[in-house]
Amino acid sequence: MIEIKKVSKSFDEQPVLNGVELIIEDGSSHVIIGRSGCGKSVLLKHIVGLLKPDEGDIWVDNVSVVSMRRRELYKTRVKIGMLFQGSALFDSMNVEENISLGVREHRMFPHDEISDRVAAKLELVDLHGIQKKFPSELSGGMKKRVSLARALMMEPKYMLYDEPTTGLDPVMADAINDLIISVRDRLGVTSIVVTHDMASAYKVGDHISMLHEGLVNFSGTPDEIRKSKNRVVQNFITGNQVVVA
Amino acid sequence: MVSTLTRALGRNIIDFFEKSGGMFILLAQIFFESKTVIRDRRIIIEQMHAVGVMSLPLVTVTSLFTGAVSAWQAAYQFEGFVSLTYLGGATAIAIFMELGPVLTALVLAGRIGASIAAELGTMKVTEQIDALECLAISPVRYLAMPRFWAVVIMLPVLTIYANVIALFGAYVVASTLLDVSATMFFDSVQQFFELRNLFGGLTKSVAFGASIALVGCYVGFKTFGGAEGVGRSTIDAFVFSAILILVNDYILAMLIF
Repeated sequence: MIEIKKVSKSFDEQPVLNGVELIIEDGSSHVIIGRSGCGKSVLLKHIVGLLKPDEGDIWVDNVSVVSMRRRELYKTRVKIGMLFQGSALFDSMNVEENISLGVREHRMFPHDEISDRVAAKLELVDLHGIQKKFPSELSGGMKKRVSLARALMMEPKYMLYDEPTTGLDPVMADAINDLIISVRDRLGVTSIVVTHDMASAYKVGDHISMLHEGLVNFSGTPDEIRKSKNRVVQNFITGNQVVVA
Repeated sequence: MVSTLTRALGRNIIDFFEKSGGMFILLAQIFFESKTVIRDRRIIIEQMHAVGVMSLPLVTVTSLFTGAVSAWQAAYQFEGFVSLTYLGGATAIAIFMELGPVLTALVLAGRIGASIAAELGTMKVTEQIDALECLAISPVRYLAMPRFWAVVIMLPVLTIYANVIALFGAYVVASTLLDVSATMFFDSVQQFFELRNLFGGLTKSVAFGASIALVGCYVGFKTFGGAEGVGRSTIDAFVFSAILILVNDYILAMLIF
């Protein structure tokens, strides 16, 4: 379970998160929505320990990510995979090297098994025979899938998706949504998806939280958010201009 | 007006100490992560190839012409005062103690320091460094440490190479344009040659190498602001490492010679 406890964060005295509280249950698929710049990606980076909160705490499996030492933080990070908005594939490495880097560095599997495992993970994300290609030779959708395969190679318990469908055509975006669902169902991975794409949020989420002005403005199921009377929520999900109620 | 100037000065002083402190912390982290130097030898060797072998053409051209011009300038200074029989020795000392180490370091600051800053800066702005962190791989261990040792090891090697090429350049000018025979030139080199001069120059090049790699990595890791930020980091890396090379050169020259 991931618990976000009253997390606040400012950049250059500009508050982004202002006491966010959230609980992500194991096995769930939790979607965080909100307008651009509302701090969704910042919140994800706090969970994985890339950013430290000014105030508050984040607990992953009953251990505080904020106060742990680097070695312990790295042990926790092995349990958390992250799909970055821009894929963040290593330019200088081919697909196989990208996917296998983590397991090679941590010596998680015997050397001679790694190629087969890379192929299996590529198969899982519907890609075949691209092991020797470099990121510059891949389309946006393929990069996202390779990045997902790289994260899954570490066999994480939690998967964080930062705007997984942004910049993709509707067909590819839907394919990525299907992959997120498939990863959750087949591997039992707890998913946290940050998005402002409501079609994606409804499809992949069994729980949706909305961030607004540094706080969780709404939290509930997809049905509950559809029926919500909260004007900020309604304006966001219907695409109208936000007028604070 | 005065308060604006004071504020700007104060900001620059804070910035200087922040950067210096940051570089010392990075250096300490690199030494700490160097416990895996044997395990990471493949990455270090790859970097040594990029730093050393790939820089050979540039170092060759630079040192050849540096040697040539230093022989020509020395002969001009000697005219009427000193016999050209001392030309080889005087040129060799200038090359071994000063020109070889400093010019090779400046060339590498432009080629390698700036390229380290650009590469790591691009990785920073495209979240590749965050991705490494998420895979529980230390960017200092995986990116900075191999580059640091590669430059520290390869710069003295390149300096020795540059010394030889520069001496050859000096000899070519001396023999073809100044009528100094090979025997006269190299006898003079032998007569003035002291190991202390060569090792002093190489000691300096180790310090220069550390400065180039450290500045390149530090500036790269601190990059922000997309493509413009990467461009700014590339320039900063060259400017800061060039200044560090020249300041270190003065301090080490005082200590060694």
